[in-house]
Amino acid sequence: MSETFTLSINGIQVTACKGQTLLEVAREHGIDIPTICYHPATQSNGLCRMCVVEVEGMRLLQPACVVPAQAEMKVQTDSPRVHRARKTILEMLASTADLSEAPEIQRMMQAYQADPSRFPEAEPRHIPPIDDNPMYVREYSKCILCWRCVQVCAEDAQYTYAIHFSGRGYHTRIDTFYGLPMTATTCVFCGQCVGVCPTDALEPKSEYLLEQGKYPFPFR
Amino acid sequence: MSDIASLIQPYLSHGRSGLLPALQAVQAEYGWISREQAAEIARLLHVPLAEVHGVIEFYDLLHNKPRKKRTLHVCTDAACSLRGADQRLRDLSADPTLAVKTDPGEELQVEPSPCLGLCDHAPAMVLENGREWRILGLNGEWMDRPLSLVGGTVRRITARCGNGRTSLSAYGGYRAWNRAQQLSPQQVIDEVKASGLFGRGGAAFPTGLKWESAARAEGWPKYVVCNADESEPGTFKDRLLLADDPHLVLEGMRIAAYAVGASKGYIYLRGEYAYLRPILEQALREAQEAGLLDGFEVEIRMGAGAYICGEETALFESIEGKRGFPRIKPPFPTTHGLFNKPTVINNVETLANVPFIIEHGAAAYRELGSEKSPGSKLFCLSGDVARPGIYEAPFGITLKELLEMAGGMAEGGSPQAILLGGAAGAFATPRHLDIRLTYEDLRQASLTLGAGVVMVFDQRRDLRQVLLKIGRFFAHESCGKCYPCQMGTRRQAEILERLASGRLLPGDRERLEDVGWTMSDASLCGLGQTAAMAVLSAIKEWPELFTPS
Repeated sequence: MSETFTLSINGIQVTACKGQTLLEVAREHGIDIPTICYHPATQSNGLCRMCVVEVEGMRLLQPACVVPAQAEMKVQTDSPRVHRARKTILEMLASTADLSEAPEIQRMMQAYQADPSRFPEAEPRHIPPIDDNPMYVREYSKCILCWRCVQVCAEDAQYTYAIHFSGRGYHTRIDTFYGLPMTATTCVFCGQCVGVCPTDALEPKSEYLLEQGKYPFPFR
Repeated sequence: MSDIASLIQPYLSHGRSGLLPALQAVQAEYGWISREQAAEIARLLHVPLAEVHGVIEFYDLLHNKPRKKRTLHVCTDAACSLRGADQRLRDLSADPTLAVKTDPGEELQVEPSPCLGLCDHAPAMVLENGREWRILGLNGEWMDRPLSLVGGTVRRITARCGNGRTSLSAYGGYRAWNRAQQLSPQQVIDEVKASGLFGRGGAAFPTGLKWESAARAEGWPKYVVCNADESEPGTFKDRLLLADDPHLVLEGMRIAAYAVGASKGYIYLRGEYAYLRPILEQALREAQEAGLLDGFEVEIRMGAGAYICGEETALFESIEGKRGFPRIKPPFPTTHGLFNKPTVINNVETLANVPFIIEHGAAAYRELGSEKSPGSKLFCLSGDVARPGIYEAPFGITLKELLEMAGGMAEGGSPQAILLGGAAGAFATPRHLDIRLTYEDLRQASLTLGAGVVMVFDQRRDLRQVLLKIGRFFAHESCGKCYPCQMGTRRQAEILERLASGRLLPGDRERLEDVGWTMSDASLCGLGQTAAMAVLSAIKEWPELFTPS
């Protein structure tokens, strides 16, 4: 049995094992911490910052998905500082990407009373859909840059390396080599990227066609 | 052998880490990198195609579309815009021959640039032509290196600066390195710890502790990295040290390597400082030929236009041939740094302090400065002062004394605001003129010294325009990894556009505060954590600016 210790989350004493993250410990004890980029099958990059919590003695908020639990830690998962950060992140997200097919994020917006029109005159990331192969459609206006598709295409699963990033900062996009059509890349159409996409930015072609009132299944 | 293979021959053995130098070599030859060339580089270095594309896309100075061979980079950042840079950019975009002679039929790419680190040459311009870079001097002539104005009440670190490059013979040999070799590595570390030297790159971490941690870390090889990616708007002190006294920095690196047991060193030089590369190469050759670097191999790596690569872990990623995304810390570089090995990474000015400490001892070092901020500091004075330049002074000098040193205000103006620490810093006001410039005094006043930026704005200036420059800078330089900074820098810049054009909406001040505090509190790295400091300090000092009209 691995080494165990106790720490405090929201004033409650909980037991944790060495090597567990704060997120794992919290969820094990029924304490909810919201996440967006986190996925159990991919390496955690702590980039969406929705899972930030207050840890006593630390100057800045800490991402629970990557911070290891330690003995005697005192953690607050829903303080006013935490709330402000999460609400603002959600409001910025709503002003950036099309979240119409991201029900989990919509639920978070409700929970945090985030105003989807908080940022008037904000420039969204508008990118036309890319329909270049028979298997899936890429609607990057819906992309929230959680990185999961890039990760499963690379070392986290498939080792195909068909996609990576282009641009930088706000204008970062998921892209192929020199923007080539997916059929001209190393993509093996395994579908893992579609499976881990949280916003339907990657959508099966048949679902995409059905949504547009088209019949995607011709007779053979 | 293909043309590309021969161009990138020196980097083939580097694998992935050779990616940036390889891309830079091909681009220097052709002006841009075509799809076929990128694919050939990918094949030769065994890097996935999409990742090669991703790397080119990350860096401002790498191009994957055809373009004119020569580029004129026109700085339009805060200090230069005070001296007409924006108008100059418009004029030059219409007619580049105003600044550069061109042959018939030859065209020039004119581009706005973030701070070029030439605030003492404002409005600054740099001409890029393959590997040859030149800068526009104040007298209107193109030069192969800047002419820096150096002053100050002490000349401890800058003793040999101000007269062009110091050769090894003029430098007088590595006396501190000789003395270090009579000490054990731990004694060297103890001396640096006793000196109280803090990192000069902005974070002010105790240098001796950093060295000790890397020395004790398990793992081999160990690295010493000199962070010469000086890109904070308003900072140009490292440029001076590297240009005028490169051996001082090299000797500091050599001593650091001995102290921590490193066998390899890197100098990561800002891409826009390419004109310093020949100076560094010559100094390296001199030191190698004199046997001063035996057992320690030093390689120069060029940045490629990305402020974020001054962040230590993003810098490692860049050397490793990747996009400059900062890593989650901990683990810290001293245990898991470059190539995941124990690494000491120090700023140029930090390393330049080391030879004095080792040659003369910690007690002599502490004769300058305060108890908690020992030694001297290089201050970069820019903006509305009579003599913009680099001034060395002991910690504890006041802002007023610094301004006097720089000849006071330009054109008889009076100071309205002083940006301390650069774009990532905060605004001081005339009531701060008597504040002692030490880490402890500034911390108490909620100010920061950062890397030593003192950018002065007189009473004529519209601070809203200054804030807009800062906002645009961070929106341009955010790497895009973590959400608070990726979206926050953009939203902040949009609101600052409204502020600067007098179109603030009700609630904009609260939006700036929510975005600012979220970036400060929840961003992954120092860029996002400081991207709202100047704005938040301005809201505190001049709340009336943020009220919708």
